[in-house]
Amino acid sequence: MENRNGINIQINKLEKVYDNRNVLNGLDVEIKKGEFVSVVGKSGCGKSTLLRLVAGLEDAEGGSIILDGEKLEGLNKKARIMFQDGRLLPWKRIIDNVCIGLSTEKRNKALEALAQVGLEERKDDYPSKLSGGQKQRVALARALVHNPDLLLLDEPLGALDALTRLEMQELIESLWRQKKFTAVLVTHDAEEAVAISDRVLLIDQGKISLDQTISLPRPRKRTNPAFALYVDDILSQIMNRNEDKEYPVLLPELSLSLLDSVNN
Amino acid sequence: MNKSIIKKSFQRFLPWFIPCIFLICWQIVSSLGIISERILPAPTEIIQAAIQLISNGELYEHMSISLVRAFIGFVIGGVIGFVLGLLNGVFRFSELLFDTSVQMLRNIPHLALIPLVILWFGIGETSKIFLVALGVLFPVYINTYHGIKSVDKGLIEMGKSYGLKGYKLFFHVILPGALSSILVGIRFSLGVMWLTLIVAETISAQSGIGYMAMNAREFMQMDIIVLSILIYALFGKLSDVIARYFEGRLLKWNA
Ligand SMILES: Nc1ncnc2c1ncn2[C@@H]1O[C@H](COP(=O)(O)OP(=O)(O)OP(=O)(O)O)[C@@H](O)[C@H]1O
Ligand SMILES: [Mg+2]
Repeated sequence: MENRNGINIQINKLEKVYDNRNVLNGLDVEIKKGEFVSVVGKSGCGKSTLLRLVAGLEDAEGGSIILDGEKLEGLNKKARIMFQDGRLLPWKRIIDNVCIGLSTEKRNKALEALAQVGLEERKDDYPSKLSGGQKQRVALARALVHNPDLLLLDEPLGALDALTRLEMQELIESLWRQKKFTAVLVTHDAEEAVAISDRVLLIDQGKISLDQTISLPRPRKRTNPAFALYVDDILSQIMNRNEDKEYPVLLPELSLSLLDSVNN
Repeated sequence: MNKSIIKKSFQRFLPWFIPCIFLICWQIVSSLGIISERILPAPTEIIQAAIQLISNGELYEHMSISLVRAFIGFVIGGVIGFVLGLLNGVFRFSELLFDTSVQMLRNIPHLALIPLVILWFGIGETSKIFLVALGVLFPVYINTYHGIKSVDKGLIEMGKSYGLKGYKLFFHVILPGALSSILVGIRFSLGVMWLTLIVAETISAQSGIGYMAMNAREFMQMDIIVLSILIYALFGKLSDVIARYFEGRLLKWNA
């Protein structure tokens, strides 16, 4: 396979401690070259922490991260990270934001990347002039211009409206299919995870508590009943509920039934 | 469209409305002799005094010496404050070494040092420049230091993860992030600069606008005293306009 891009990640017994609390507690997982993996879990379960460790922005207290057979030390140069809040430099024009960390002769590459996200004509604007979705597209272009083997996405679409989210999901998916990098997406949206990824990982108690392969053909139809089943399953796992259907699986119905029991 | 032009010129004029009314009233009250010219001379008399001082070159001499003092003091104090603020903001070692001492010195009102400064440097140029520099140093220091300390950690992390480090990280992320705070410090210190200079020149000088005012007091030349005060006001306004202009240019991304 000519997978020049992409990288294999092997995470062994990863430990991260903040203030005497084990956020990650011996987490094991392997992510294959070119795979698209989503990470879900309750707020505060350590999703961002995992991503920051893989990016090499922080050191782990224990365990190891092996990238294509090499142990990660310090900054992960093969990875680019895209943050929930975009983190564009407000004092740089769009094009200069995309050029961060890029040698000057590669400026035309930045233009190319901007074109890929459909924002080349905004290259001379300042970020404050862009909408939230456009800012995230710039952040995506900035990450992709380096042709990373690994793209880390920390809830990059969390702040966007539903329609823009769908558009961005499609954009990310198509760029991933085109460039074949390995992608790790943190999200709190089970539907997003099922729509876009090959595998969904659930973090609970500092470990992977669910590793669900999504075997739906792409492009994925949300109307597909199998799609809804995956989403339901993942949601109920997040909420720590069992497969036995004592409660209806969907959240709104759960709250209704709770309401009933209070009323009676 | 015509309406918007009218609205714009109206908005231009409005800030000057009160000063103009004030001037007219002042002139009327003085001409009618309601206020004696020993208390407050009429605007026309002040203009006459200004014309006279301009034509004999005295005004130019005093003004230029004051400007030179202000400028040199400002540059010395500003550069020291800026560099110290940068060092303490960026390097932990220098922060630990210097910050406490600077904070202690900062709490001494620098004008309280005038008697000491006169004994040290006499009433020559050194003492005035020293005082101005001292006054300018602290606001620049504080705002540079805090500006750097409060640069968004997320942006710094982003810069690092995109391979910026050392001077690149500093010039692309840290310094621009601190810039608006630094400019606030500079604008504030311009006010301190004029205040210090006025006090210093009034108390101990043989030239400069402050001296001109004090000298005029001995001869009861009310018009020159008021003229000096107006010149200070003009200088203050002018430096503010210049500072705002640079702020607008340097922070245009903020708009
Ligand atoms: N720098 C830090 N210092 C101390 N505690 C931290 C730090 N960063 C994260 N934590 C703690 O680690 C835990 C996991 O944080 P993390 O940001 O990874 O959660 P998350 O899964 O990304 O949550 P969310 O979905 O809300 O973004 C939290 O309890 C948080 O309080
Ligand atoms: Mg998070």
